[in-house]
Amino acid sequence: METAVTKTGTEGKTWGGGNQPLKASYGKMMMWFFILSDALTFSGFLAAYGFSRFKFIDSWPIADEVFNHFPFLHGVDAPMYYVALMTFILIFSSVTMVLAVDAGHHLKKNKVILYMFLTIVGGLIFVGSQAWEWKNFIKGEFGAVETRGGNILQFVDADGHRVALKDIAIFDHHNDRAQHERKNGLWFVKESPLPTYTVEEIKKGFAAKPNLLIRTQKLDEKGHKTILSREESLAKLNKEVVGVVEGANLHHNEYGSPLFADFFFFITGFHGFHVFSGVVINIIIFFNVLLGTYERRKSYEMVEKVGLYWHFVDLVWVFVFTFFYLV
Amino acid sequence: MGHDTAHESNTKRIWNVFYILSIVTIVEVILGIIKPEFMMTTYIVSMKLLNWIFIILTIYKAYLITWAFMHMEGETKGLRRSVVWTAIFLICYLVFILLTEGDYVYEVFKGGYKSWDF
Repeated sequence: METAVTKTGTEGKTWGGGNQPLKASYGKMMMWFFILSDALTFSGFLAAYGFSRFKFIDSWPIADEVFNHFPFLHGVDAPMYYVALMTFILIFSSVTMVLAVDAGHHLKKNKVILYMFLTIVGGLIFVGSQAWEWKNFIKGEFGAVETRGGNILQFVDADGHRVALKDIAIFDHHNDRAQHERKNGLWFVKESPLPTYTVEEIKKGFAAKPNLLIRTQKLDEKGHKTILSREESLAKLNKEVVGVVEGANLHHNEYGSPLFADFFFFITGFHGFHVFSGVVINIIIFFNVLLGTYERRKSYEMVEKVGLYWHFVDLVWVFVFTFFYLV
Repeated sequence: MGHDTAHESNTKRIWNVFYILSIVTIVEVILGIIKPEFMMTTYIVSMKLLNWIFIILTIYKAYLITWAFMHMEGETKGLRRSVVWTAIFLICYLVFILLTEGDYVYEVFKGGYKSWDF
């Protein structure tokens, strides 16, 4: 690539200009340095996650209990199977990408088209899966109550199995309260959505079912959540509980510390955004391949450059997978 | 491009790396599901053995992706070092500082200097 380079007459001399000491084209080298800076951004997020996790090391949510859904297996406890499948899909799309790059080196246009198409499909499946994970996480499963100090209390039966709020609450239709909206009452003031059950209904239901116990956020030495005795449970529920939490958002998280939800949304969201933009860039390059742009250029280096970005997305996921789902 | 002298096909190596990555991921998932007792109770440098295994396998996967898929092995020494060493140095530095600080805050909470369970 020396189309626009002015000759200085000092070519061949070390400091004469026109040298490529790194033997990489400008575009590829800059893609590497962009990846380096993006990697540092992700490391910053993951290190901040690690900070918060170390801060609450003995009360952090257990990932196996949070991400245990699998499509079409409703109610089946399937810890990590789905995220393992997602990881596999992303690694596979990385493989098809590198195969596309390899085919590009041999100027095999049709192979590049096929492999890039597969890569794009893989990326789309991954983003869709990520959205599905978010949906499950936001919706929640069993529900929990929150104390004044912001700690989450979950309900279990005598065998330690989780019990959902809907199986506990005793409905009191006389006490149903209308949602306060902006249009009524004080102007332009609204309240957050009302939970399905009130604290009173949960307390009443809990008192009526003697086999129910409360599980706190605290982890014991073996890494299990602490379960309180019936007396302690009743005392805690009646003295400290101020709210009902269903699902997860940026302020409340029925699985435990809200920081877990914050970092999950932020980091997987940022990664999902990378996957999405990677898919978009891949599609652009895919059309260029279809149109024969690189065939005429006799170089598929653009495929290689988007390939670098795509592998980077996979690389980040390897770390996100470890630190959110495994460790 | 450091490898443009010979464009021999790398297909075989690509698939081999894919198999290794898949096997490592499957091992991680299996370990994550069964959580062997001794790996959960053995601590090395105040971290569970199981977590060490996960992190080492992750770094191994990252190495394979960077070296084989991103073809870092074919780049010049200068490019490779300016990218990899920079990242490793800064990440280790940041992680060390933040985790130490996080652990300190945990001790403050545990010491009862601040009430949090009410």
